[in-house]
Amino acid sequence: MMNVLQYAWLVPLFPLIGFLINGLGRNKLSKPMVGTIGSGAVLLSFLVSIWIFIQVKNGNTFVAHYFDFIAVGKINIPFAFQIDQLSSLFLLIITGVGTLIHIYSTAYMHEEEPKHFARYFAYLNLFIFSMLLLVMGANYVIMFIGWEGVGLCSYLLIGFWFKNTSYNNAAKKAFIMNRIGDLGVLLAVFWMIQKFGSVNFSGETGVLAQAAKLAVNDPALVGITLLLFVGATGKSAQIPLYTWLPDAMAGPTPVSALIHAATMVTAGIYMIARSNIMYTLAVSTSNVVAIVGLATAVVAATIAFKQNDIKKVLAYSTVSQLGFMFLGLGVGAYTGAVFHVMTHAFFKALMFLGAGSVIHGMHHEQDMRNYGGLKKYMPTTQWTFLIGCLAISGVPFFSGFFSKDEILMGAFAKNPVLYFVGLGAALMTAFYMFRLYGMTFLGKFRGDEHHPPHESPAAMTAPLIILAMLAAVAGFLGIPALFKPDAHWLEHFLSPVFEGSAKLVHQHEIDHGTEWGLMIGSTVVILAVIAWAWTKYSRYQKSAAEETGLGRVLENKWYVDEIYDAVIVRPLGALGAFFNGVVEKSGIDRLVNGVGRGVQYASRQFRYLQSGVIGNYILIMVAAIVVFFLLGFGFTPDFSKIKSFFGK
Amino acid sequence: MPVNYYIYLSIILFCIGVVGVLIRRNAIIVFMCIELMLNAVNLLMISFSKMHYAKAVAADPNTTAGTDAQLFVFFIMVVAAAEVSVGLAIIVLTYRKVHSVDINFLNRLKN
Repeated sequence: MMNVLQYAWLVPLFPLIGFLINGLGRNKLSKPMVGTIGSGAVLLSFLVSIWIFIQVKNGNTFVAHYFDFIAVGKINIPFAFQIDQLSSLFLLIITGVGTLIHIYSTAYMHEEEPKHFARYFAYLNLFIFSMLLLVMGANYVIMFIGWEGVGLCSYLLIGFWFKNTSYNNAAKKAFIMNRIGDLGVLLAVFWMIQKFGSVNFSGETGVLAQAAKLAVNDPALVGITLLLFVGATGKSAQIPLYTWLPDAMAGPTPVSALIHAATMVTAGIYMIARSNIMYTLAVSTSNVVAIVGLATAVVAATIAFKQNDIKKVLAYSTVSQLGFMFLGLGVGAYTGAVFHVMTHAFFKALMFLGAGSVIHGMHHEQDMRNYGGLKKYMPTTQWTFLIGCLAISGVPFFSGFFSKDEILMGAFAKNPVLYFVGLGAALMTAFYMFRLYGMTFLGKFRGDEHHPPHESPAAMTAPLIILAMLAAVAGFLGIPALFKPDAHWLEHFLSPVFEGSAKLVHQHEIDHGTEWGLMIGSTVVILAVIAWAWTKYSRYQKSAAEETGLGRVLENKWYVDEIYDAVIVRPLGALGAFFNGVVEKSGIDRLVNGVGRGVQYASRQFRYLQSGVIGNYILIMVAAIVVFFLLGFGFTPDFSKIKSFFGK
Repeated sequence: MPVNYYIYLSIILFCIGVVGVLIRRNAIIVFMCIELMLNAVNLLMISFSKMHYAKAVAADPNTTAGTDAQLFVFFIMVVAAAEVSVGLAIIVLTYRKVHSVDINFLNRLKN
């Protein structure tokens, strides 16, 4: 009897068809048609995802095998989908938030010509298709196919307005930095094949089951997990491969919301969550993951303080929140990290879409210094954005509070220092988010009085409202044991995925008194910071003063891009110039052209043989006959024999 | 008379023929030299035939082995005759065009 989840291939099918129709028919379809096909495809996937989720909730997890993809020697890599708790949760997030963003895009991108509009939706559907492959893949190779696909779509969408060279450069930067990470994933996959003979997630012969039998800090495990983490730093924008994400804001805002907030950048976290048993055993790597995540969270938060472009603040905020998620993974709070992925998808997508609404209403102005007082012009945007800010800052009972607290408690259990540095980053988050809110919505309107901004149309505000509701209440899926024992629904739901790790590591439980104290203390400090930022930035005045000192360093993003340029890009460019000038032009070209010239020279010389003078021809004939004669008789002049012949 | 002398003579005649073909300008003289080469080869064939016959008779007085080359000489003579007739015909026709038998004038293929 076939398991009904064998039909899981329907989920990626709809976006694929949407991509093909919108892509191939881009010159013929009208904009409403394109918008309907694009959004409808993802909506259908969402409906199937809901059905899959219900199946999984009732205990039906399944690996749906379709065909053998690579079967060489002893290695068998099937094309299969693994439907379990983790993948079904991610499916809901991707298709749900994806549908809302598609609907939003129909209004946001309305100024485009029909064929570019269709191209946009085609790319967006292709992205959803790739991301679905990524989370549904039953082995690392299928996941990698989706991994590469989302990198490609990210490039295509960031460089969507391709006539602008700086946007193209941003797209190239994103793709190349992703590629560097991809090398890490590939090497890890090769190592896995060599060590385990398989790349499957599940099953007795799968990677995870075999890895569970290895010792703690086994060198192969540490190597594989480190390489996978390198891939995650590229895809999920951690130090050192994060600089592409702020530049990726060159793409349309809905793209930033979907790809760089809710889905693609969470691929790294999905991969590590899937491989959790390996990370639990490879303790050294987990420490590296936690430290890199924490460092990224802090550095990105400091940069966000001094950015004036609304999208750049949100971009650095994303990098910082991803750092939090990696901190969660590194300390073993896998459920907390996945929980934060979910809540972050809601409130960050909400804020990006809200920023898009503001940009749209302010006629494509993105500099916050020209905003101010927008709350009376765009009330819906303002209320939903406020909810997003409250969620990300960790104000109690909004979604971010529960997920962030879970990660921070996990960090405290590992090492209190991690907790306090993480709390510092959370405070910075609250500050710069309310700086953004204050500069944009509060105070006096600093823009052009003659072109007042307008609220956005329903297709844009409806997704904002839906996401705001989710950002407000999604936290209640994960009520910690502190408030009500056994009420953490998400932990219960995801426990089969993480049970291997849970068995191995005895998580130290923090006693409830400490936990209450930390929670109340952190909340109080966060609220104080929010109040400070609110009052400071609602009175913001535009001034022409240049930033000085630390402010300037932060505004210039710690000069990281400049450092990379000097240390990596220029030397590579010089190496390339060397290879071109010396090796290619002087060496190889001379060799190849020399062959040609040599042949021409030789043929010129041979031409002299055909002089037309008969005497020369006869001479050559005679000479040749003599040579053949000698060769034919084996020309070994044996002088003693010749002498004896003459002597007779 | 030792057969060596005949072989030396034949070689000398052949070399004279070769040199003559290469050096002489008059086409008819070149033909003479070609004939000289062919006749030198005839002489060579006959002297080797005698050499082999002498060796064969020493073993068995009634044998007829070693006389093959004498037959081959006839073939060479036939070929020489045919070749001369054709060659002289070509020279006559060329003379009608160029009014000379100097081979250096036959350079219309040059360059």
